[in-house]
Amino acid sequence: MSRSTTFGGTNRTLMVYAVLYLAFLYGPVLLLPLFSFNDSIYVAFPLKGFTTQWYEEMLSNEPMHAALLNSIKVGTVTSVIATVLGALGAKAVTRYRIPGVKPVVGVISLPLVVPGIILGVALLILLTRSGIPLTLVTVTLGHVLLCVPFAMVTLIASFDGFDKSMEEAAADLGDNVLWSFWRVTLPIIFPGILASLLLCFTISFDEFIMAFFLAGTEPTLPIFIYSQLRFPQKLPGVLAMGACILVVSFVVVFLSQWLRRRNLGVPVNGGV
Amino acid sequence: MTETALGTAPPRRPPRSLTQRLAIAFRRSEALRGYSLLSPTLVVMALSMCAPLIMMVVMSFWSQTGFEFDTTLSLKNYSEAFSSPIYEALLLRTLKISGACALATVLISYPMAYYVAFHVHRRKILWIILMTLPFWTSYLLRVFAWKVVLGFNGAINSGLKVLGLIDQPLEFLLYSQDAVVITLAHAWAAFAVLPIYVSLEKIDRSLLEASADLGNGPAATFFRVTLPLSLPGVMAAMLLIFIPTVGDFVTPALVGGPDGLMMANIIQAQFGKVNNWPLGAALAISMMFIVAIISLLYVWISRQVAERFL
Repeated sequence: MSRSTTFGGTNRTLMVYAVLYLAFLYGPVLLLPLFSFNDSIYVAFPLKGFTTQWYEEMLSNEPMHAALLNSIKVGTVTSVIATVLGALGAKAVTRYRIPGVKPVVGVISLPLVVPGIILGVALLILLTRSGIPLTLVTVTLGHVLLCVPFAMVTLIASFDGFDKSMEEAAADLGDNVLWSFWRVTLPIIFPGILASLLLCFTISFDEFIMAFFLAGTEPTLPIFIYSQLRFPQKLPGVLAMGACILVVSFVVVFLSQWLRRRNLGVPVNGGV
Repeated sequence: MTETALGTAPPRRPPRSLTQRLAIAFRRSEALRGYSLLSPTLVVMALSMCAPLIMMVVMSFWSQTGFEFDTTLSLKNYSEAFSSPIYEALLLRTLKISGACALATVLISYPMAYYVAFHVHRRKILWIILMTLPFWTSYLLRVFAWKVVLGFNGAINSGLKVLGLIDQPLEFLLYSQDAVVITLAHAWAAFAVLPIYVSLEKIDRSLLEASADLGNGPAATFFRVTLPLSLPGVMAAMLLIFIPTVGDFVTPALVGGPDGLMMANIIQAQFGKVNNWPLGAALAISMMFIVAIISLLYVWISRQVAERFL
């Protein structure tokens, strides 16, 4: 492709724009870690001085630890269930020609397009009417609903990338279905599985709207943060916590995306 | 489900039991095997979405009496939802904010997607991850970050004061509809960048060369070839942002102020302090219904336009 055929042959203008765009994306978010080290209860310039006080307070904040633990529990269970369901779905749609697969995938991807408040409220109504108490289990249910479409998309890419004949070869050599899955399929789609687990964990860990409606007396971390936002004196603590969450999320998501995309680029069928 | 069994089933003629015949049909039919593999996912998803939605529809015809529900069916909630001027005003405001947000996000994201699609040749994956990474981090924290940026004593106001550009904080920054639009545009940027990028990346590069060979300059090529071919991505992005932002209540609650409250805040209040669940259900269903109609109309119109002019 010759450069002159694309608009903005003045590459530089576009590049400046791209950098500005990334600044718009990352700037506000990076203010959280910046102010979390600021030695003032007010979130304002000029910066007053460096302190790790807010982080020390965070370490002794018992309710926050409980909320963090809740979020980790919900995220772990959610990511495992969603990944298993996503893997079954992904294998089904990539391996078999299924009539009517489009509407089926449409139904499964609905949570991507239905506003969260609708799903949250609807689940809340059903659960309370059925007499099911709101606990971390109900939050997990809501999160599984949100995560399955993402898990499935991630894993479809993995299943697409490898050759069906290898599974068949394992079967011909006498392996039963489970054994050939364990020895052949799993190692090949493993990066996809890992990417899906990481992604679902992050989605669940950061999810607010579903948890807002479905959490009972045990708050997840985002719910806890939201409850703290009402108190101005708690603001620096929230900043410190937010900074930690952001750093962890960034690392986890970067890993998951990298695993997934790298997986796409590797010619798995040929090389093994 | 054993695939080895396929070849070993002998062509016996004697009558088989029903279970045997079913088992053979199952092994032979790709569709059946596919569906049985798909069924756990499908059942879980369909049940945990449909059952709650049906229950919500049922409840929207009930009415609230104190802490109990009166389960006689009536259209009372819907007549209230559609006759009250408050809900009408809120709905219009919600549609306006979401529409503006979808448009703004697409406009600012297009050049970025264009840059990565056409001018980045190495490490594209890195750029794509960079563009979408913030989307995966806590929504709540990103919205909260804008409260920090736009606040009365926030980063912009205090920063401008330190620089001596203003004496008094700019009050219009926070707690306005503009603040909601900016925050939402930031939060949903990935939903614009990715579809647009994909549709740009798919464009056959030889078409651009052909256009140049036929004497079109870069600008003409862009408006006559690139832009029309990327419109599907743009259209999808608009919809992908419009629908979920209509249902957002966190952003308006944190940065909107009373002037920036949206429909979802009122719905959420019905399940919280107002405590009128049936009305909340009716409002949620009405909102979903109206959004669905607008989306379908939008898809239909954009198809018509595409057929007529492209």
